[in-house]
Amino acid sequence: MSDSAVDTDEVEHVAELARVDLTEEEINAFTTQFADILAYFDALDEVPAVEHEPELVNVMRRDEVTGSLDQSEALQNAPETEDGQFKGPRVS
Amino acid sequence: MDLNTFITAKQVNPEIESDTETTLPLDGVTVAIKDNISTAGVRTTCGSAMLSDYVPPYDATVVERLKQAGATIVGKTNMDEFGMGGTTETSAYGPTKNPVDTDHVPGGSSGGSAAAVASGAADVALGSDTGGSVRNPAAFCGVVGIKPTYGLVSRYGLIAYANSLEQIGPIASTVQEAAELLDVISGPDPHDATTRFDNGETSISDINPPDSDSDSDTITSHPATPKTYAAAADEDVSGMTVGVVTDLLDGADDRVVETFRAAIAELESQGIEIVEVSLDSLEHAVQAYYVIAMSEASSNLARFDGVRYGPAGGATENSNETIPNVDANVDDGNWNDSFAAVRDIGFGEEVKRRILLGTYALSAGYHEKYYDKAQDAREWVKQDFETAFEKADVLATPTMPVLPPAIGESLEDPLKLYLMDANTVPVNLANLPAISVPAGEVDGLPVGFQAIGPAFGEEIIIQVAAAVE
Repeated sequence: MSDSAVDTDEVEHVAELARVDLTEEEINAFTTQFADILAYFDALDEVPAVEHEPELVNVMRRDEVTGSLDQSEALQNAPETEDGQFKGPRVS
Repeated sequence: MDLNTFITAKQVNPEIESDTETTLPLDGVTVAIKDNISTAGVRTTCGSAMLSDYVPPYDATVVERLKQAGATIVGKTNMDEFGMGGTTETSAYGPTKNPVDTDHVPGGSSGGSAAAVASGAADVALGSDTGGSVRNPAAFCGVVGIKPTYGLVSRYGLIAYANSLEQIGPIASTVQEAAELLDVISGPDPHDATTRFDNGETSISDINPPDSDSDSDTITSHPATPKTYAAAADEDVSGMTVGVVTDLLDGADDRVVETFRAAIAELESQGIEIVEVSLDSLEHAVQAYYVIAMSEASSNLARFDGVRYGPAGGATENSNETIPNVDANVDDGNWNDSFAAVRDIGFGEEVKRRILLGTYALSAGYHEKYYDKAQDAREWVKQDFETAFEKADVLATPTMPVLPPAIGESLEDPLKLYLMDANTVPVNLANLPAISVPAGEVDGLPVGFQAIGPAFGEEIIIQVAAAVE
């Protein structure tokens, strides 16, 4: 069996890291499903270390000023704005 | 019958029209657009409640190109939420029905786009393919779908799920029409640095930065620039070698394999040499794909916090009125609780599942075990394909190992659904092009034939697909 057996505490912890509230029902369902899915992922252990040099190189472009979204367009989908800025939750 | 093909049915006329001197390539052609591709002024939801009111202020590059080519957009199509699914059943807007048999799913995640073409609601459509999301619904709806080589088509304006894997691709009734649409959407884009700015034939390390003296012409140099994909559909295939990927036949439905074999026999009769190839790495492709896709998703979807878009996230004093079950301490100023509440109501179950698993795979203590090993497997798959292309010009598999499931049949077991992607995800891991073309039917349900090409080998897979058609 998987050495990464999952319990409800672990699901709750990951949900907290990911900033997603879950219901009790979701936590229970995910705990069972994650055990199956992670056990399947564990087969990646059999993959040999593969030599690879990433084909990456810096691609430069000219530094030219171009137009972009204006402030009102950037804000048009925000549920709350104030003085031309996004408005987030209060920080005490 | 309403197939629930569109989330938003709205006509957008082309920016320019044909005149007596020039005929635009998509003059008079109607196009349906997957709802994760940004359309200026037209709601773009990604199939999610999180974006039910989101109206993009700009067009995706591919949409801009369609408008310039004279196309008429007819609407935004239904999809699995954020592209996460293979049946279009995870959409917050309800499932789409398969026009070929309405008791069955149309595939996914671009199920609405394939259904729009198959039902005649649009001449052609755009989907996006992260792990098969163009080819899968094309196969299940009996139409043609192309997943281009990574870097052929701009992703600017495509709302990201897993950036390193996905490409926008065409869906059409015929190989010819799909290729014509690919001609319109492919090309370099300064807004997407992952589109190629060279001919695709040199190693990327040979590319020099644009020289400030010469008026850089790299912008016009791109694998698609000298090519006309539509012309490839008419070319003779005799003398070509097609490799059957035997590893991907073992787990497939017998009836699917039989239909696939008949298509292979037909190719052989047209003068194509058939060989068998085996790729050991494919056994780990689905695992690697899901670890990488979920990891990237957990990062990409962090932006949905209810501040810049999405449901109100407790910015106001009375946030409890708009969000049910909000923890009392939202008003005490805990950002994290506020975001978590918005993400609870905005995301569906499959999206939550993938965000959590991706977060887990990237977390301290598990990163090496899952994410790093998945990257090794990805490289292994790439190298295996390179070796296979020494034996064959094109590789072939059934697009999907199964027939389209009945609606509601496959939602119970997520792992079973992931395994349905066995034949499509290796292509995304290796950044290769692939096409799905109808190969026949079993019990009235379509079977797709998948042709996989070497990087920027779109022409050769279009040739083979046209020969299957």
